Amino acid sequence: MSVLIFAELEEGAIKKSSLEAIYYGSKVAEQTGTTATALVLGEGSTDELAKAGRFGATEVLHASDARLNEGNALAYASVVAEAANQEGANIIVLAKSSLADSMAARLAGKLKAGLAANVIELPDLSGGFRVKRSIFTGKAFAITELTAEKKILAIKKNTITPEETDATAPVEAFSPVLNDTDFVVKVTNVEKATGDILLPEADLVVSAGRGLKGPENWGIVEDLAKALHAATACSKPVSDLDWRPHHEHVGQTGIKISPNLYIACGISGAIQHLAGVNSSKVIVVINKDAEAPFFKSADYGIVGDVFDVLPRLTKAVKEL
Amino acid sequence: MKILVCVTSVPDTITKITLTDNNTKLNKAGVQFITGPYDDYALSRAVELKEQQGGTVTVLNVGEADAEPVIRKCLAIGADDAIRVNAEPTDAYFVAEQIAAVARENSYDLILMGRESIDYNGGQVHGIVGEMLGIPSISPVMKLDIEGSTAKITREIEGGHEDLEAGLPLVLGCQEPIAEWKIPNMRGIMTARTKKLTVVEPAGKDTLTQISSYELPPARGACKMIPAEEAETLIRLLRTEAKVI
Ligand SMILES: Cc1cc2nc3c(=O)[nH]c(=O)nc-3n(C[C@H](O)[C@H](O)[C@H](O)COP(=O)(O)OP(=O)(O)OC[C@H]3O[C@@H](n4cnc5c(N)ncnc54)[C@H](O)[C@@H]3O)c2cc1C
Ligand SMILES: Nc1ncnc2c1ncn2[C@@H]1O[C@H](COP(=O)(O)O)[C@@H](O)[C@H]1O
Repeated sequence: MSVLIFAELEEGAIKKSSLEAIYYGSKVAEQTGTTATALVLGEGSTDELAKAGRFGATEVLHASDARLNEGNALAYASVVAEAANQEGANIIVLAKSSLADSMAARLAGKLKAGLAANVIELPDLSGGFRVKRSIFTGKAFAITELTAEKKILAIKKNTITPEETDATAPVEAFSPVLNDTDFVVKVTNVEKATGDILLPEADLVVSAGRGLKGPENWGIVEDLAKALHAATACSKPVSDLDWRPHHEHVGQTGIKISPNLYIACGISGAIQHLAGVNSSKVIVVINKDAEAPFFKSADYGIVGDVFDVLPRLTKAVKEL
Repeated sequence: MKILVCVTSVPDTITKITLTDNNTKLNKAGVQFITGPYDDYALSRAVELKEQQGGTVTVLNVGEADAEPVIRKCLAIGADDAIRVNAEPTDAYFVAEQIAAVARENSYDLILMGRESIDYNGGQVHGIVGEMLGIPSISPVMKLDIEGSTAKITREIEGGHEDLEAGLPLVLGCQEPIAEWKIPNMRGIMTARTKKLTVVEPAGKDTLTQISSYELPPARGACKMIPAEEAETLIRLLRTEAKVI
């Protein structure tokens, strides 16, 4: 018996959100009196695998087959299912991500497991197995009971604060059966921003909307983001107009983020935009219109012109 | 080509969520229900593909009778017929079982869904259905073209996108900009009234999760306003007060 945690690699490193999941999984293992096994798929360095132990895993399973380097949801689901069976794991923990979401759904189908997504707190085991999850893009929470024997918990990013210790965990090689049927979808091309801080994982985000007037003005947004080591994001019209790439657009129809800090520049704060960012810990709004609805959902506000305010903020950050 | 589009009936994106019955139910009073925005993308692309290549588009909803206005709207947009599985959509596994049962009976070339429902935000149903049918599922799909029996797909990944090729049949979770949302025209609305909407009873009853109660998030504190001429103060407050930088 153990809690199995799926730890996702990004360019060979365990993602920050997966470290949160490992920590979460280790706490669930404590609650249920079992051990916490982290499963890492694809090539990863010894240093990276050691991280799993420092964040709470008591054992690491590592399937280093190069065919698993490409995040393939179908193959990953089969491998995680095999590991869960081997470990006798009835509880599987993972961090929500574009890959993990697809993987988790296939896994739920395979194992006939109850799947709770966007989990934000440790389970409540007093009478059943209950978790609190965010629904309606953060506008409400549902206390959900998982009634099936097998359970999958997909943790919302940046809601669990992990603690790192100097614990170590043994790493065991895992050689799963890989089925050709899981490799029928062919990847013909990948285009991905490299080097940048990826928006879904970012702690700090500087975002801008139509108030910026045009793509040629994004320099002031990028400068502030760079000074803060933040990722950049945008509103939907901005990506619709092709000022910025689609994967930067946040909101109801874009991605949902929950960073520590979200700075919104020249964004009105439409409810569909808020849906993507309302679980950010601190929200700053800069808008020249004092009546902009976004101020109602903000922690700090500046009524001002972004073309004046942003460069000054960048300068102030550099002087910190 | 036979296409199945699965649609949800969900509260409008501008809905303010309130609770009733001692916080065990969402308050439906005064709430406007719409087709899930992502499902709308799936349907619009299905109708475009049908217009280009021929075939049929069937709309499927697992839901109670109050979902029918949303289903009729999908027919007005261009679906040929509709199926409603008459059951409360209790959880993703249950819904997937219903969709898989309908799909087994009618063998579709493509099953299009939204990337996620905007109420429970699971993003699960397409994957579970794909697993149940033993065919690939891909999500979130931003671009879809069909050439013979091959689908050419662009999928969004974190920080970019990837191009994929796969044989049919497939289950896809769709998002923008796969197609422009279509708005029903008068003729569409008139013909929708006579299109076939079949109501079937649910095939299985496996519910693996159950909501016991709801909560609303605590209100954010008041917004601290900083005069524009003192904008630099913000950076200091973010460090010393909010402690986020
Ligand atoms: C079904 C549906 C789904 C949607 N999904 C999303 C979504 O996922 N994400 C999303 O963002 N939107 C979404 N929208 C659109 C949303 O309703 C708004 O239209 C959109 O968020 C507005 O973008 P904006 O704030 O950039 O632009 P605007 O609303 O045009 O606001 C621009 C703001 O900039 C301010 N401004 C202008 N010049 C300056 C300046 N020099 N300095 C400072 N401030 C300035 C203005 O005062 C204004 O408040 C959706 C809509 C629908 C119907
Ligand atoms: N009750 C339902 N009836 C029909 N399709 C559904 C239903 N629930 C979810 N779906 C489909 O599955 C997609 C993903 O939903 P979810 O997994 O709930 O986020 C939706 O966008 C729909 O296309």
